Amino acid sequence: MTGALISAFRRDVLQAWRRRADWLTTFFFFVIVVSLFPLGVGPEPAMLKTMAPGILWVAALLAAMLSLPRVYGTDYQDGTLEQLVLAPEPLPMLVLAKTVAHWLLSGLPLALMAPVLGLQFGLDGEPLAVLFWSLLLGTPCLSFIGGVGAALTLGVRGGGVLVALLVLPLYIPVLIFGAGAVEAVATGTGAAGHLSLLGACLCLSAVLSPWATAAALRVALE
Amino acid sequence: MNWFKYASPQTFYPLAGKLVPLFWVAALVLSAVGLYIGFFVAPTDFQQGESYRIIFIHVPAAWMSMFIYLVMAVWAAIGLVLNTRLSSMMATALAPTGALMTFIALWTGALWGRPTWGTWWVWDARLTSELILLFLYIGFMALHASIDEPRRADKAAAILAIVGVVNVPIIYFSVKWWNTLHQGASVSLTRAPSMASTMLLGMLVMAIAFWMYSIAAALTRVRSIILERERRSAWVGTLQEN
Repeated sequence: MTGALISAFRRDVLQAWRRRADWLTTFFFFVIVVSLFPLGVGPEPAMLKTMAPGILWVAALLAAMLSLPRVYGTDYQDGTLEQLVLAPEPLPMLVLAKTVAHWLLSGLPLALMAPVLGLQFGLDGEPLAVLFWSLLLGTPCLSFIGGVGAALTLGVRGGGVLVALLVLPLYIPVLIFGAGAVEAVATGTGAAGHLSLLGACLCLSAVLSPWATAAALRVALE
Repeated sequence: MNWFKYASPQTFYPLAGKLVPLFWVAALVLSAVGLYIGFFVAPTDFQQGESYRIIFIHVPAAWMSMFIYLVMAVWAAIGLVLNTRLSSMMATALAPTGALMTFIALWTGALWGRPTWGTWWVWDARLTSELILLFLYIGFMALHASIDEPRRADKAAAILAIVGVVNVPIIYFSVKWWNTLHQGASVSLTRAPSMASTMLLGMLVMAIAFWMYSIAAALTRVRSIILERERRSAWVGTLQEN
């Protein structure tokens, strides 16, 4: 089973590597959205500093959501998904491998880039580190929860907009704990509580969402 | 008595037809009684004046909005597990009523908040989670509407409803903690239960009236859904002839 997991993971990463532009789009979307906020609300450093965690996190949510249709979309179109469903390996495990690949390609770059963008907003020192850690813990949650939405909207009319409607309300706890962690450390209360809750979200979504995603994929292929 | 007899749309359709008028009558009578108590019998609140009277609509709607989501998810889950068509139809029929209740709760809350708090909206934990509940209802209906094949739509929407139910407590607590972190509870909805007994009575009567309305509306809607989905079956054909 490990072999199947690794090959499913490798396949997704390899495909993404060969079509780098697809994934870089999500990454640059994140950068652009974050850069738009100072232009919209004004360049006052104090205000930007208080708004930074929220802006970065909301932008990460939107970027994660935009990359969702690609997780199962192409596999659905070319029939690979049917083969995955028919495979003797349990489907939730294959889903897990694909989700991890998705996080590596869409979530991790955001977490790595966020401290640089945070500097532009005047964050420094500990808040910047906590921003990185919160995104590192939070973006896999987004991939896991989003996977359910991506699977549910496969081959559905207006799937791209619909996935936002389904997934964004479910992202709210991750947003609150993630942005809250940075804010808590900035106001001096410590981020440990928020980060622990983010970790709990990650555990819960990693355990439960592959099953829901697998069920949704089966429904989509009926 | 074999309850599963009514699990088939064909036998449930006439049963629902018989029950619907009863629930409509009960809803109308109880709302008339409840509103009479609310507007003419219940005393004026010494703090909030007359504006408090909106609770006779607001509180029952808020209760129903949460309860209907749970019932909807249970029907959806039964439909997914046992593959019974009627359960899924019931879930689909409940969603618009639940969304309506959520909307009423939000709207009346805003109307009440303006004279009492001096603002239409505060980012209070309850208000925010009620708003998110509305989004969840809309997501359920949008997903169901965008899949043409009814059985596939049922199953996909059922998975979404179950995921939603797991998330609702997490969302509620996260919003609550977020709220307490941000503002030192400048506005508190939790008042002491020092409510006049007629107020409580009016509210309970209205709650039962909303309950009856929800059942009546859901049954009326599920009858339409049954007819729409089973329009090619023989028994609907004979229904038209009679």
